Amino acid sequence: MFSIIFSTASRYLLPLLLIFSLFLLLRGHNEPGGGFVGGLVAATAFALYFIANGVDETRRLLKFEPIKLIAIGLSIALFSSLPSIFWGKNFMTGIWSDIKFPIVGKLGTPFIFDIGVYVLVLGVTLKIIFSLAEEDK
Amino acid sequence: MLNLIIIGFFASFLAAFIYKPLKNYFGWIAVTFPLYMFISFMSKYQDIAAGKVILETNEWIPFLEINLTFLLDGLSLTFVLIITLVGAAVFLYAGTYMKDYQQTNRFYVYISLFMTSMIGLVTSDNMITLFIFWELTSVSSYLLIGFKHYKEKSRKFALQALFITGAGGLALLSGFILLSQISGNFEISSLYNLNDVIRNSDFYPAIVILILLAAFTKSAQFPFHFWLPNAMEAPTPVSAYLHSATMVKAGIYLIARLNHALGGTDLWQNTIILIGTLTMLFSALLSFNQNDLKKLLAYSTLSVLGTLTLLLGIGSKLAIKAFFIYLIAHSLYKGTLFLVAGIIDHHTGTRDVSNLGGLRQFMPISTYIAVFASLSMMGIIPLVGFIGKETVYASILEIENWGLTLILFAIISNALIVMITIYVGFKPFWSYKIPNLKLPREAHLKMLLGPIVLAVLGLLAGIFPNFFMGKLLEQSSLSILSEKLILKIKLWQGFNVVLFFSLLTLALGILLYILREKYNYITQNIKLIPILKPSQCYEYFIEGILSFAKFQTKVLQNGYLRNYIISIIVSVIFLAFYILFNAKLKIYLPFDYSITIYEIAISIVIIMAAFMVVFSISRLKSIIALGVVGFIVGIFYIIFSAPDLALTTIAIETLTVILFVLVLYKLPRFLKFSNLSTKLRDTIISASVGIFITLMVLYVNSVEISYELKNFYAQKSFTEGKGRNIVNVILVDFRALDTLGEITVLGIAALGVYALLKLRLDDKEE
Repeated sequence: MFSIIFSTASRYLLPLLLIFSLFLLLRGHNEPGGGFVGGLVAATAFALYFIANGVDETRRLLKFEPIKLIAIGLSIALFSSLPSIFWGKNFMTGIWSDIKFPIVGKLGTPFIFDIGVYVLVLGVTLKIIFSLAEEDK
Repeated sequence: MLNLIIIGFFASFLAAFIYKPLKNYFGWIAVTFPLYMFISFMSKYQDIAAGKVILETNEWIPFLEINLTFLLDGLSLTFVLIITLVGAAVFLYAGTYMKDYQQTNRFYVYISLFMTSMIGLVTSDNMITLFIFWELTSVSSYLLIGFKHYKEKSRKFALQALFITGAGGLALLSGFILLSQISGNFEISSLYNLNDVIRNSDFYPAIVILILLAAFTKSAQFPFHFWLPNAMEAPTPVSAYLHSATMVKAGIYLIARLNHALGGTDLWQNTIILIGTLTMLFSALLSFNQNDLKKLLAYSTLSVLGTLTLLLGIGSKLAIKAFFIYLIAHSLYKGTLFLVAGIIDHHTGTRDVSNLGGLRQFMPISTYIAVFASLSMMGIIPLVGFIGKETVYASILEIENWGLTLILFAIISNALIVMITIYVGFKPFWSYKIPNLKLPREAHLKMLLGPIVLAVLGLLAGIFPNFFMGKLLEQSSLSILSEKLILKIKLWQGFNVVLFFSLLTLALGILLYILREKYNYITQNIKLIPILKPSQCYEYFIEGILSFAKFQTKVLQNGYLRNYIISIIVSVIFLAFYILFNAKLKIYLPFDYSITIYEIAISIVIIMAAFMVVFSISRLKSIIALGVVGFIVGIFYIIFSAPDLALTTIAIETLTVILFVLVLYKLPRFLKFSNLSTKLRDTIISASVGIFITLMVLYVNSVEISYELKNFYAQKSFTEGKGRNIVNVILVDFRALDTLGEITVLGIAALGVYALLKLRLDDKEE
């Protein structure tokens, strides 16, 4: 069932929701939010787009194979644990830089870890949705 | 020594890549590796012979006292020299022998891995390190026995050897842990002065049983002996190396190494004597019916291993001397004979002794190599085997009471070994020609060089025993008995009763050969009752495990999702109820009625939605109702100020509904499966879950919760975690490792979903 209104709306909703998900990710350390919710919201954004426009269209838009997102997310999360080893601290001790960045705020390994979670959750959810949806063919 | 071990593992890894381009002369390249090891250890010979003990410590996990400590003394050096020397012969030999096999590069990887692990095993001083090398030898042995993996038999017997030696490995680990409880650390050298403490410990019998179990499985002692003849499925170089000269001696090494700490009691000595004697005698008797060259050699190896065990059990100075000489003699001649058997097999295509004969004309060099090794195996002067057997007999005669009985057993076993030798070392070459036998030609130099060196060493060690073995014997006995032996090794002991027994053995062996030639057809038909054979018991055991596994898979993994869920929920509820009732804590009902109108309203909605989930006959309606329940739970979170949870719940619920709809789309039309009784059952289960959760909440509310953790997070969250959102700081900082584990599981779950759906797609295509 194709609805032109829904399809058009989803085109505008997708970037908005994605921005919202990034907003959740960035504010997560101080306000409600975080990588997990952010990832879920981003996945919902794509799910909405998928309901309106179908799997193929969504895949084309995403450009990434979801399974790669899983791998990238996990790698980012693992990567964030490396500084703690090189600094000789306990494994996965958070290490922060003192410089303030615009928008993002302070940068530290827990934030990088959160980005990993975000990407992985997005990948996992989309992988499951796509696998289920594609079986139709 | 750690650097040598690391070089060894690196060389094993390298072999995988350099074999193919260098295929034609790989034997010469491969031989440099064991030779390098041999020379490296030989350079320490002077130090060791002078009485030094080299101890090397490298930290690994110092916190758990697991370190890479290596100890080189007389005993370990003897074993290392045997391992590397026989290794050199085998590596060179295999270059030609294995050339026509597929994937020979893997063969070199496995066998190099084995050699390195074996060196590690005999030089480790830390028990955990020793255990790891012990297991590595089992694993590489498994890979090598199953090298011809396309044959079912190879796979089966490889697994058998792995199971048996693996079970022994577990016993070894338990025994070591018990030992470390007494000594306080994992170093074997720390046990040296603790003999009395260990013997009087409550753990002593358990330790002895566990350690001996490990040693007996590894060294194929009765009743675990059957894996060794079966392991002859491996290519011949493997049999020559692992299953006669080195790996099967690891168990004996273990007994020798720990004799110091555990020895001196009846339990230890008598068990070892008993098992050693049983193995020595029965495996020699079992060889009577064998026709396969390699099987014959395997049974004689078993018998020799039994003798070596017996000697350690006797434990006198003379017995340790005999042990040492016999060990060296056996490694030299048995390795040689296996390699010769491999040459025969390679060139004639058969290993059946009744089909072999008259090869002398075609393979003169092999013939004489075989003669030297055989004379040593039969114990004929002036080869090292002669000294070996003489000292064995002399040390058995020393035992009071049982000496005469044991010497009788030893003579019978050795006579049978003489018979085996005639079959393996003489008959194929010297007897009349057999028609139809494919006429061979002499083997290539690469296959002959190793056996020649080993055979010549057997001769030289016989003629100059003190030069070749004297110093090491002194130091080894120091490691086994903590006493130095001053007994000189002599080739000729004069005319005495021992010499008489030697001659008797020889005569009896020749007689047995003649008898077997004549009456073979009768004994071939004798079969043991299955239940008496340990190998059959093993089969029953494995079958039992398999059928039990099938049974419980049928019950537990029956393929119905609802049954899985029922069993999970019921067992969780059952266990939790059990604990809750045992806790005997009272539940106080909080009499706080400050409930607002909207709380009541959404509670009613949640209950209505729950009823709708259960009673609706449309799946879509149920799913949506379930979503309603979820969203309202989210609203509850908002009311009770848990915005993070609310946010996540709402996002999850949205996605869950989408996923459910995607799944529903593919399900068949709604059908009623449940009858009254299943409905009743499901009601009871659901009701108990509900009651349980209610009780849990009330319980949690009625006990005083310690606020320590809460305060800790509240205080440290901003100062150390640099974030004001405590929940998130816990997730990504304080407990980041947990989160890392969770997201890994999530990723794997996604792969699982993908695999499940993909699998079905493929089936459809077919």
